[in-house]
Order: sequence, then C-alpha cells, then structure tokens
Amino acid sequence: MNEYSRKMIKVSTTNLFREQDAGKPPVLDVRNLGIDFGGLTAVDGFEMTIGPTEISGLIGPNGAGKTTIFNLLTSVYQPTRGSILLQGIDTKGMTTSKVNKLGIARTFQNIRLFNDMTALDNVKVGMHNQIKCSFLASLLHLPSYYKSEKKANEKAMELLDFMGLADIADQKAGSLPYGVQRRLEICRALASNPAIILLDEPAAGMNPSETAELMHQIRRIRDTFQIAIFLIEHDMNLVMNVCEGIVVVNYGKIIAKGTPEEIKSDPAVIEAYLGRKNEVDA
Amino acid sequence: MQVLQYLINGVSIGSVYAIIALGYTMVYGIAKMLNFAHGDVIMVGAYISFCVTNYMGLPAIVSILAAMVVCTVLGILIEKLAYKPLRGTSSLAVLITAIGVSYFLQNAAQLIWGTAPKSFTSIVTFKPFSFADGALVITGEVIITIAVSILVMVGLTLFTGKTRMGKAMRAVSEDRDAAQLMGINVNQTISMTFAIGSALAAIAGVLLCSTVPTLQPTTGSMPGIRAFTAAVIGGIGSIPGAMLGGILLGIIETFSKKYISTEFSDAIVFAVLILILLVKPTGLLGKQVQEKV
Amino acid sequence: MKKLLSNKTTRTNTITYLVVTIAFLVMQILSSLGMLGSATKGYLVPLCAYIVMAVSLNLLVGVCGELSLGHAGFMGIGAFTGIVVAAVLKNVIAGDVLRLIIAMFAGGIMAGCFGFLIGIPALRLRGDYLAIVTLAFGEILKNVIGNLYIGLDSEGLQVAFSAGSVELLEGGKMLLDGPVGATGIEKISSFPMGFVLILFTLFVVLNLINSKEGRAIKAVRDNRIAAESVGINVTAFRMKAFVVSAFLAGMAGVLFGLNISSLQASKFNFNTSINILVFVVLGGMGNILGSVISATVLYILPEAMRGLDDLRMILYAVVLIIVMLCTWSPGVKNFMDRIRTSIRAKLRKNGKEAVNNE
Repeated sequence: MNEYSRKMIKVSTTNLFREQDAGKPPVLDVRNLGIDFGGLTAVDGFEMTIGPTEISGLIGPNGAGKTTIFNLLTSVYQPTRGSILLQGIDTKGMTTSKVNKLGIARTFQNIRLFNDMTALDNVKVGMHNQIKCSFLASLLHLPSYYKSEKKANEKAMELLDFMGLADIADQKAGSLPYGVQRRLEICRALASNPAIILLDEPAAGMNPSETAELMHQIRRIRDTFQIAIFLIEHDMNLVMNVCEGIVVVNYGKIIAKGTPEEIKSDPAVIEAYLGRKNEVDA
Repeated sequence: MQVLQYLINGVSIGSVYAIIALGYTMVYGIAKMLNFAHGDVIMVGAYISFCVTNYMGLPAIVSILAAMVVCTVLGILIEKLAYKPLRGTSSLAVLITAIGVSYFLQNAAQLIWGTAPKSFTSIVTFKPFSFADGALVITGEVIITIAVSILVMVGLTLFTGKTRMGKAMRAVSEDRDAAQLMGINVNQTISMTFAIGSALAAIAGVLLCSTVPTLQPTTGSMPGIRAFTAAVIGGIGSIPGAMLGGILLGIIETFSKKYISTEFSDAIVFAVLILILLVKPTGLLGKQVQEKV
Repeated sequence: MKKLLSNKTTRTNTITYLVVTIAFLVMQILSSLGMLGSATKGYLVPLCAYIVMAVSLNLLVGVCGELSLGHAGFMGIGAFTGIVVAAVLKNVIAGDVLRLIIAMFAGGIMAGCFGFLIGIPALRLRGDYLAIVTLAFGEILKNVIGNLYIGLDSEGLQVAFSAGSVELLEGGKMLLDGPVGATGIEKISSFPMGFVLILFTLFVVLNLINSKEGRAIKAVRDNRIAAESVGINVTAFRMKAFVVSAFLAGMAGVLFGLNISSLQASKFNFNTSINILVFVVLGGMGNILGSVISATVLYILPEAMRGLDDLRMILYAVVLIIVMLCTWSPGVKNFMDRIRTSIRAKLRKNGKEAVNNE
C-alpha cells in the first residue's frame, strides 16, 4: 500500500504486533479493564496489548467509552476492575503524573493547553521531568540553572521544529489557531519523553489538508522516536490509513479487533456504525 | 441537666448562625461569590432596630420590621452598585469588592453611631422559665430565637420548594445560563436572593444583640465569619446545609467553651471545620463536583 | 544568554529591582537631609514588611492561583518566633544586624514548617474551600498564639498555655504573655534591613517564577489536568509555592515584630490577611512590581489621610470599590478601551498631519 509495511503477526493474545516488535514485550498490556460510575458500567472487559512501535486506533460511536478508556490508561480515573501494565508495571493506584513518568503521555479531546504561556513554555512544561535542576538551583539561579535552561530551550525548539511549530514558539498558546493548538498539544506530550502517546481525536476540527499533514506527522513521530501511538479518531480515512491495528468499542465493550481491512468488513462494526441492515432498509 | 442547658443554649446561638449562614449560602449558590459584607448587614440591622426602639420609642416588632426593610433595600443596593458590574469576572475581584463594601458599612456605622458600644435592649420582655429548681433556665431570648429560626427555615424551605420565584432561584443556582435560556429573569432572581438574605440578616442582627447586648460597628464581623464557617460546614450553596451547619457550630462552640477551654474555643470551632472538610471536601450536604476530562 | 531568557521578562525583572532600589535611595537621602518627619520614618519598616507580605501572597494567589485568607497567620508565627529568638540571642550575639538576620531566618523557617503542616490537609481542597481552610488556620494560629506564654530566665525558655504555669527565676522575663502579647521588644529592625529583605524576597520570587518550578506552578494554575498529564505532581507544586510563601511571610513578620515595642497576636487577624490580599489584587495578579507599588500606595494612603479622621476609612473603602469596578468591570473596561482607541486614532491622525505639513 505504501512504504509503511502492514505486515502483522499474531501474538499470544488476539492482538497483532508489527513484525519489528515481535519478541519484544508490549508497551501497554491491558487486561479485563472496567469502570462503573455509580450503577452505570462505562467500560467493561477492555483488553488489548500495544507493541513498542505500533500505531493503533480506538474507534466507536459517540458515547462508546473511548475517552473513558484513555482516562483509565492515564489514571485520571481508577478502574473498578482489571489491570493496566505499562512497560510491565502495574499502574494501579498511581497518579496521572506518576504514570506519565512511567512513559504514557496524552492529548485531550477538548484541547488543554496552558493558554497564558507561550508555545515554547508549554513544551518546556512538558519537559519538566527531563530538566535536571534542583529546587535550590532554581531558587537561587545557580550556574546549573542556566545550563539546564539552555539545554531545555534547545530541546524544546527542536521538538517545535519537528512539529513545524518553530515560528510560533513565542506566541501565547491560547491565541493560536485550532489546528496549531492540536499539534502543539502533541508536541507537549512528546516533550515528556513517553514510550506511548495517546491522541484523543487529533484531527477534530482540522481541514482535509491539515489532516493529511497530520497523518504524515503521526507516522514520522513513530519512526523518529520509535514509540507507540494509540489514537481515538472519527476520521475513518485517517484511522484506516495510519493505524496498523484497530479496536472498536461500543457501549463500553470491545466489538471488534484487527487490521484495518478486517475491521472494514466486520459485520459487528458495520452494525454499530450504521445500525442493523433491515433497520436501515426500513 | 447541665448538659441539657448547654445544648439548649448551643442550639439557640446556633440558630442565629444558621439564619446568617442562610444569607451566605443563598448568595453563594446563586451569585457564586463570598459576600463578606453580609456580616456587616447584620450590624446595620441591629443599629436600625436599636434606633427605632430607643430614639423613637416604638415597639420591638416595628423595630424589627424597620430593620428588615432597611437591610433589604441595602442588600439590593449593594448588589446593584458593587457586585452586578463585576458579574462574570474573576470571583476574586468580587470578593475584594465585597470587602470594600464591608469596610464602608463598618466605617459609615462608626461615623453615624460612634465607636462607643451601645447597650441593646432585648426585644424579649417576658421572664425566663425555670425548671427543676433553677437547674435548667430557658430565657425568653432562647425561646424566641429558636422559634424564629424554625419559622425562617420552614418558610424558606416552602419558598424555594413551592413558589415560582423560589424555583427560579434554584434553577439559577444550578445553571445560570440554562435558566436564562428558559426565560428566567436572572437579574431579578439575584436581587431577590440578596433581598431575602439581607432581611434574614436583619432578623439575625436583632436576635444576636438581644442575646449579646453590646452593639458596635464591628459587631457583625465575628458572627459573620462564624456563620460563614457554618455555611461551609453544611456545604456552601445548600440551604438545609446552612441550617445544619449553623446549629452544629452553635452546639460545638457552647460545649467546647464549657467542657474544653474558653480560651481555645475559636481554635476548636475552626479545627472542627477543617476536620469536616477533610472527610467531606464540599461540606456535609454539599454537592461533589467532578471535573470532566 | 539573550536567547535563553526572553528579553521581556529580564527587562521587567530589572525594572522591578531598579524601582525598589531607587525608592529606597530616595527615602534614605530624604531621611539623611532631615526631610522626613518621625511619623513618616515610623511607617517605613512596616511598609517594607507589608511589601514582602504582598509579594509572597502574590506568589500564592497570582502565580499559583490559590486563594489564601490566612496569610497574616504566617506573619504572626514569624513575628513571635523572631521576638523570642532575638531575645534569647541577646547575650550570645552582639551585632543587632546579625541577630536580626538569624531571627528572620528562624521566623521564616518556623512559618515555612507551619505552612507545610497546614498544607498537608489544606492543599487537598480547591478554590473557595481552600480559602476557608486558610482562613480557619489563620484564626487558629491567632487564637493559639494569643494563649501562649513564653518566659525566659537563666535556666532557659519556658513555654505554657496557661498564665500561671510559667514560673520564672529572679531576673527572668516574660517574652510572650498570652493575650497581652509581647512587650518591651527590643527594636532591632531598620529600614535598610527592610530594603534588603524586599530585595531577597524579589530575588526568590522572581527566580522561582522564571524557572522550571515556576513554569510548573503556572501550568498547574492554568490547567491542572494537563499539567498532571505531563508528569507534574500537582500537590507537590502547590505545596512548594505554599511553603515558600509562608517562609517569606514569616520573615516579614520578624521584620515587623522587631520594629515595635509591643505586639499582640490579635494584630494578625483576618482583617490583616484581607488587607494584604487587597494589595495583591489591586496590584495585579501575578504582577510582582504591581504588588510592591499597590502595597506602598495602599499602606500610605490611609496614613496620609489621617487628617481626615473619621472620613478616611470610609474614603478608603469607596476608593477601593471604585478602583475594583474600574479595573475589573467589563462595562467600564470596554468604555476605557473605546476612549483609548479613539485617542490613539486621533493622535495617529495628528501625527500624520504633522508629517504631511512638513
């Protein structure tokens, strides 16, 4: 299809791994994950593994529980059942900031940038845990402070440049156009040096040419940083073209799993999206 | 018997706190602001009542009505002049303005009535009731205070539950924008809230000064803070919460003064507040709000 | 270097230091020329203390976005710690300046420790609930200090919570006498030391704001959930800001306490906390120079109006309300913006005409 090989191999679970990930432990291993809000079961029995350099997608109708799954993976919510192994470590009871340090970063469906700060500072906040500078050195502006700031600035500019945002580095994040904000959010997430990055509807509100650029960037991110990407998206063109494995959820449960080709022809998926055939006819 | 005596006294002072706390909580619920001038409205109410009885020689009931009218007008004026222009901006800006209003009221009172404390004549004229050979004494003030606060609470519950205006108030406090879209006059509802809160403050002022008869420009501050604490204990924004918080606070205060330490009663009251917030971060009857991600 | 710190922040910081230094020098010169009355001179040290209070509270309220209504409590802890330490060290350390510095750090550390202790429960709460808990702690501290009895004699310090418990030997002295407070305090604070403390505070606060810590603190304020998602431990940063702020307030308290002969715990009540908050809000949230200026103006204003007697506080209240309405009200803001644009347009037009005429 294109230069990005789609050669997938079966692993122990029902999941697929890219050929190059074979034999490596998964970056994310989710087992029987579930959460209830009051009496309502929002997610139930969610299982998947993601290889270290896999791009996978999470799709499903509105209200299917996709963002809730992201919130569970990043410890915004604590699961009622099941476990999440991030690089082999169980994240049970950890805070969001702790799991980020373990290697998971994300973007948000309704963009959450630090609006009053510049784009550069947004990325530098993302790099927070990479900047080595003690509290005292920060407080007294010791030489180590200047050294670490210099390094941080260079690294942040590099990242901004990578996402094509170098020329807006000094602008306030809140004043940027929507599409640029989305890319800046990805940039900030990358800055925290993750092993896997979760993108919540990265193409929402983008025009077709921006979306095409985004698709290219998503692959570049994986290839350059050798990390896994897990994304929620409604733009099927993007999902089918970029993702190597896809999970479909509806009413909080997995209804299908597989390669884009398999998903496209899965009757359960078609039903979830279009309704039962006879209903459509009627 | 002694315990019962303190309990009754505690409920009595707690009832006053509850009436003041209602003003804080209603305003917070609707305007989402901490109205730190509320305590000073109490003081104004007490002064008006004092003037009407002592200078004009009119009966107590007239003085209470006069205080309620003046405070209602004052409450509406304060809202229109000082708070309304800032609606929708930072809540901190409104807080500071409220403090400005509080300074203004205190200093205006000082200018009009002087700093020297006035001795407030109790509105209650009948004698205390004595039980069990004087082991249990219930003063007229206690009876009136508890009776009035029950009346106020029942009245307010009926008002917010049954009347159009009361329902509008609840709607505005739940979601101001949605209420507006449903055709509720938000400005009028907010004015009404301030009016009711201030009228209650006038009643509280008279009751407070009947129990503790020294009246000076700073009379309202400490009960104001106490009542605010009560509102938070009950869950700020919740009307039954304010009642519960007020009465609880009154009982805790009275008992800690008698059984633990008079000197540290302030510290104990505030420590209880902190403990309650640690267990229930939004107060006893407050709503838990989760941020959507 | 030039690329490292954006020029704008460096410039703002330099201006802040300059303004403070110039103001200090002017006051020193006026003072040495004998142009300052003793009353004015008396205001200088408390003014320095209030400036430090305002700047430290701005770190919490403006930069960190946490409303605190009990800042005066930390000032009180600092003040009384400083008074005790200064008295204990009287015969140990001869130099007043050194003794003051040690007392300041002691006061700061004590306040910082209390800040930490208070922060553990308080920082689990948010918004108005955090505000009420800080108010409660302020009142508790005031209440406890107001019932604290500390005596010093040849055997050492004695601390108690009731009047009769402290029994001193011959030559002993009550340093802190419950509600009566501290009396006979040796005044070792001075205006130059106040100035040094302001510089120190500015140095700490401005450096903090312009470091990774400051960025994290601002990030927590702007969007807590996003900050957590990039690995920032929100509670830890709120705590850091809280402790640093309390530490500086404690130092300000020492400066304040060692400048007057008698001091009661009731000085550090809710009203004082509120006054400092007013300085911060009127000076601009997160604007450090703004806090310095507004603390100065708002502290001097009521003092300068002493001639007006009863009217002065009422005027102060009216000014406060009007300033708040003018600076925050959307209606007034729009009006001012319109005037500004029309003036600017007119100026531009005039400028063009002037150019054309040439």
